[in-house]
Amino acid sequence: MPTILMPALSPTMEEGKLAKWLKNVGDPVKAGDILAEIETDKATMEIEAIDEGALTEIIVPAGTEGVKVNAPIAVIGAPSVGTSSGAVAPPSPEEKDEANAKPTPFSSGESARRADEVSQQQDPEIPAGTEMVSMTVREAIRTAMSEEMRADKDVFLMGEEVGQYQGAYKISQGMLDEFGPERVIDTPITEHGFTGIATGAAFAGLKPIVEFMTFNFAMQAIDHIINSAAKTLYMSGGQMGCPIVFRGANGAAARVGAQHSQDYAAWYAQIPGLKVVMPYTAADAKGLMKAAIRDPNPVIFLENEILYGKSFDVPKLDDWIVPIGKARIARAGHHVTIVSFGIGMTYALGAAEKLAAEGIEAEVVDLRTIRPLDIETVIASVKKTNRCVCVEEGFPRFSVTSELAAEIMTHAFDYLDAPVARVAGKDVPMPYASNLEKLALPTVDEVVAAAKGVLYV
Amino acid sequence: MAVSSAYLARKAAKAEKSAKSSSKQDLKNSGLTQDEELKAYYDMLMIRRFEEKAGQLYGMGQIGGFCHLYIGQEAVVVGMEMGAIEGDQRITSYRDHGHMLACGMEAKGVMAELTGRQGGLSKGKGGSMHMFSVEKQFYGGHGIVGAQVPLGAGLAFANKYRGNKNVSMVYFGDGAANQGQVYETFNMTSIWKLPVIFVIENNRYAMGTSATRSTAASDHLGARGEAFGIPSEQVDGMDVRAVKEAADRAMEHCRAGEGPYILEMMTYRYRGHSMSDPAKYRSKEEVQKMREEHDPIEQVKARLLASNRATEEDLKKMDADIREIVTAAADFAVADALPDVSELYTDIYKSA
Repeated sequence: MPTILMPALSPTMEEGKLAKWLKNVGDPVKAGDILAEIETDKATMEIEAIDEGALTEIIVPAGTEGVKVNAPIAVIGAPSVGTSSGAVAPPSPEEKDEANAKPTPFSSGESARRADEVSQQQDPEIPAGTEMVSMTVREAIRTAMSEEMRADKDVFLMGEEVGQYQGAYKISQGMLDEFGPERVIDTPITEHGFTGIATGAAFAGLKPIVEFMTFNFAMQAIDHIINSAAKTLYMSGGQMGCPIVFRGANGAAARVGAQHSQDYAAWYAQIPGLKVVMPYTAADAKGLMKAAIRDPNPVIFLENEILYGKSFDVPKLDDWIVPIGKARIARAGHHVTIVSFGIGMTYALGAAEKLAAEGIEAEVVDLRTIRPLDIETVIASVKKTNRCVCVEEGFPRFSVTSELAAEIMTHAFDYLDAPVARVAGKDVPMPYASNLEKLALPTVDEVVAAAKGVLYV
Repeated sequence: MAVSSAYLARKAAKAEKSAKSSSKQDLKNSGLTQDEELKAYYDMLMIRRFEEKAGQLYGMGQIGGFCHLYIGQEAVVVGMEMGAIEGDQRITSYRDHGHMLACGMEAKGVMAELTGRQGGLSKGKGGSMHMFSVEKQFYGGHGIVGAQVPLGAGLAFANKYRGNKNVSMVYFGDGAANQGQVYETFNMTSIWKLPVIFVIENNRYAMGTSATRSTAASDHLGARGEAFGIPSEQVDGMDVRAVKEAADRAMEHCRAGEGPYILEMMTYRYRGHSMSDPAKYRSKEEVQKMREEHDPIEQVKARLLASNRATEEDLKKMDADIREIVTAAADFAVADALPDVSELYTDIYKSA
């Protein structure tokens, strides 16, 4: 008796809302019939029946939110046969595997908040008693852009599907309605050209936000980002300016293969004239986005598709700005320092949690900005703990963690009780097969092992 | 071989058919006012003399790296500038000295940038290929072939966004015309109706490769706009009158909100691609023929004299004045100090 499972409608979808059933219990169903509508944070999609029969049971009623991918939602039985109660299929081996291999222990909202509270206690930028609002990273980025566009008419958003489609990842949802097509501009799929146009508009004094659907496609435009946007201030002896934000999803998503799964932090961070930001929390995403838009220099703002739907507490302040170039102590500790940024923080914080269970207190530093690098905060922590593990999802060679290791050696050599350890993505193009993909990415256990390595335990 | 053999053959046939096109009448009906014609002569001669001096300084080792001279193409920028109004922008490639002089940037500052001195327009940090003037709305000076095309469209985007009547003049060569980003830009400027004039300076050689070897349908590059619904004209880019008239039509089109316009300027550079190019890919006779029969400056000079708008003496005096300015610029550029070493680390980021 076929059980209908909650489908995954995008590579990163973990849960969705069962918006509407289009068939009632007892209705006959044939293959191709639309059974229900599912809403994700990006889109509303329809589920079609594959089997013939009758809808014998609806397990998840219409309107239910947060239905996990692969959860049974209905049962189709033979026509005119009574309901089959309790036909809940056991999770597939794949699903079990997913659950166990989940790199982060912070997949639930509660633990994510807990992780953030640690940082907020130590973040001096938030006045005591500030109300906190739970917000996804997606909402945080959208809110930041909208606030800045309301405040400054020179700010506009340009990119593929940002307008009528409401954003490929729904970051710009609703913005076309508020700001109109003159300021939320759909482009053709021509990154090289529209990046050049946006950069020229910035030369003329406007403040463009360029959305790359993902940063993988920005390689077509990298000449303008580097040769035109980053270098012109210098080449003009300080006359010109290029106030522009290049933003979009960066790094591995899930099961999209080598050409859609690359982390560009190290690439852009190498370039004088660019600033590179890669937030982890929603609070940082919002505050850093506002700072990036106001910055008179070209800023690369690296987002992550997997983080878009994660919720964090964001301080409810009129003008929440996180300064570019300042790291944050995400978790205090004194045995070992773990430095990371962006989605790498999920491994860093996950490892800190596991280590804490064994009595090892790790201090976790979230860089937030890659260039300019806040090496002072890292060094201060390393001088306290004398041991350091650097974590990133990107390729391991000539990487951000390579740079961190070199800087720590230069500035804290006499304080180190062990060589700096690094945990990064593997030195391979991203494979598609689920098992290989997991192997290519860092894991919490690798970070735990690296931390124990530098502690010699 | 002339500017474009097919093009000039068509033009010659047309001229022969027209009974009134005796050379004498042509010389007297310039289509320009006396002031315009004298200014065109002055501006073109300034570029010519400046570039000759730059070539000289390069030979003396005072100018380093790449240096691309504009000699032969002067009528293009000078004619285009005659159609410009306050606030219009211009942007071009690395063959940029002529464009800067034509929009009023000082010879001294340009020359001192060529020698990499502190008084250069980019404080010596840009060099021949990378100069800018926000004041004169000159946006470079770009070293990457074709990059200036979307950048210039971005300037036009800003005009439209701000709702002003300004036009962006985007210059690129027949070589850049093969760049993909040019067509991405044609597409977007057409759908967004951006006020931009694409000025294709077809000098027939993409560095050492003749357009006939590298470029499909190379005698009519403007036609490439047709696929995007962009009107175009092919213009005798050696004749400043023709350039000015075409510029006026293009400007009117853009200022009326009709979107982009392409002007394909049939022109010719007398010198090699850069100072280090011996130009072995074309015959001396080809160059000689262009200089003798189509030189943009000599054409204006002949008209000025034939119409009694200027005497030989007037023009000699003008030449002497220009030489004085250029010599002073060269003297300054050679004597000026190198940038202070502290400049190494400035102008990388703007402070908020």
